[in-house]
Amino acid sequence: MSSDRDKIYSAIRAALAPLPERTEKPEWDDAMIVCKPSGKFDSLKAQFADKLISASGRFYDSVDTLTAYLKEEGSTFGYCDPALAHLLEGVESITFDTEFDEARINDYTFGLTKASAGIAESGTIVLKDSVTSARLGALAPWIHIAVIEETDIVASIGEAIQGFGDDPSIIFATGPSKTADVEGILIEGVHGPGIQVALVLSHI
Amino acid sequence: MKTHQQIDRTARDLDPEVHESNFMGAKLKSERRYNTLHRDYDDPDQLRETAGLIKQHTLEHLDTYLEQAEASLQRNGVKVHFAMDDDAVNATVLRIMEENDAHSMVKSKSMVTEEIHMLKYLEKHGKEVIETDLGEFILQLDDDYPSHIVTPIVHKNRRGIAKTFEREKIGEDYNDDPETITRRARQYLRQKYLDADVGLTGGNFVSAESGRIALVTNEGNARFCMAANKIHIAVIGIEKLVPTDRDLGLFLNLIGRSGTGQQLTVYNQFISGPKTASQPHGPEQMHVVFVDNRRTEVLASDCREILRCIRCGACLNVCPIYRQSGGHAYRSVYPGPVGAVLSPLLAGNRFPELADLPKASSLCGACNEVCPVNIPIPDLLLRLRDKAKREGAKEAMKGTPNLGLWATLCSQPTMWKTALSMGHTMNYIPTELIPHPSAKAWQGARKLPEFQGGEFRKWFKNRN
Ligand code: SF4
Repeated sequence: MSSDRDKIYSAIRAALAPLPERTEKPEWDDAMIVCKPSGKFDSLKAQFADKLISASGRFYDSVDTLTAYLKEEGSTFGYCDPALAHLLEGVESITFDTEFDEARINDYTFGLTKASAGIAESGTIVLKDSVTSARLGALAPWIHIAVIEETDIVASIGEAIQGFGDDPSIIFATGPSKTADVEGILIEGVHGPGIQVALVLSHI
Repeated sequence: MKTHQQIDRTARDLDPEVHESNFMGAKLKSERRYNTLHRDYDDPDQLRETAGLIKQHTLEHLDTYLEQAEASLQRNGVKVHFAMDDDAVNATVLRIMEENDAHSMVKSKSMVTEEIHMLKYLEKHGKEVIETDLGEFILQLDDDYPSHIVTPIVHKNRRGIAKTFEREKIGEDYNDDPETITRRARQYLRQKYLDADVGLTGGNFVSAESGRIALVTNEGNARFCMAANKIHIAVIGIEKLVPTDRDLGLFLNLIGRSGTGQQLTVYNQFISGPKTASQPHGPEQMHVVFVDNRRTEVLASDCREILRCIRCGACLNVCPIYRQSGGHAYRSVYPGPVGAVLSPLLAGNRFPELADLPKASSLCGACNEVCPVNIPIPDLLLRLRDKAKREGAKEAMKGTPNLGLWATLCSQPTMWKTALSMGHTMNYIPTELIPHPSAKAWQGARKLPEFQGGEFRKWFKNRN
């Protein structure tokens, strides 16, 4: 049953055996891959906001301004992580499900879920399977709102990777879903969210 | 003009509209690449060189890293399969589907599956397979194939796509607005995601240490291929390994910037196993199929550096030949400079059929300069030209002047001297009278500067 396995391993060994020497793994410094900041920022939160916006994302740091935006967009029904329901409860004219109903997938205009981190150098939102209440809730609605605790914002991609732990599915989302397949013209909102929002709060 | 190389013919006969979209697309991506890398780093070459060494190191210890990746994935509850060739990959995927009574598949972009024509195979066996990357989806509807590894439908325009959608009844009417096209595809594919039994993806990088597969997309389709369905299959070439999770950071920083000039591609997914127990959505079963399909042959050859390739497309975008000819001129899954090396190698005993591709290069070196893993593509092209010559591949000889006379001249000092003194006649022979057909074709398309040589010896003799 494992004959292809054996064939592949022995072909690799046969290919490598004649090499007179093998390339060493190079040493490199974490700082090498960190992006030069685009300006001076007095906090990681400010840098994160700047980068997120330049990746065509939206940044909010209060529930009120977020809900005002949702209403303005006419996005008044969505999915909300049950653990975050208190953020939207009592907000006038906004209603939501806390259990994702696949039959209503096209009715949810927003999805609000928890992110495990934000990355300041790139404006990236980090979603972890163990922290996201429903994968589809973060993916299918037109607007996705990732709620991030301010202290969860890390400086660099490298730091975010260090925090992976043993979660089997982690997603870096940097801005809205997009394509330039048709004549190179940029269109946002292909399969995933057309609008990517981060709501950064000092405590949730 | 008479010319004998296939790629020249394709470039000459290319629809001007297609030429324009290939050319402009490539130019724009090259500029964005340059700007982003130089905006973000003082010394981008340091990243490229390090990434190249990491990949080379991994390839030269591939048995160790592959074993490590296999063990990590198994520890995470993933079933690991190995497939030596195209038939084996296709059979493995079909078997997984049948064992699970699965009928339909949504799939995200994967170049390996293009190599092995998986779609056709599964369809022949009664499975419904849908490509979900917008470009690949349109190619599937048109029964066409990609002309670029990152932007697969760069050779198509909105009117052609709108006609396809109209024919396939995706949306109510003809509409060639790119935004409407995208929305219609979104709506159509959404239901397919929900109905599918299996999601199939490729994998851009695999960390041996953790088994984490990094998947890079802009559209979010690979996320959807792992949301509503219960089985995930990842089909991955064995050269995709990197040693550690930390290395992933370096490669992800390079791939988006090199391919499209994005700091990061919109979605970078790190998948190392089936979903967590608390998660309501996503695959409960995960399979990884590691594919050889002649990669070990390439590893054994003197062109093994090409296996470092991370399929970013930068070398295509910058290549003066690709910009003129477009991707289909390369007659294979991998176009451009990377394809000119990889495609003939992956063709196995069909090498002679593609042996002209290594000649589709001016050896200007731009591909090497932009390559995020620093592959010396021009060197590899020369090695393959040599191989083609030694093996007497007919395709490689076409359009090449016979150099026998030249060789004789170069080895006989007296004849050389005489020939030089006659060099001036070159200035007066009209192109039509050049006796050799390929030399004539060459001359017909180019203008040589006036011959002004033959003076060196005189000068040398008379100097004090
Ligand atoms: S050869 Fe280098 S530049 Fe070309 S696609 Fe591969 S990684 Fe990119």
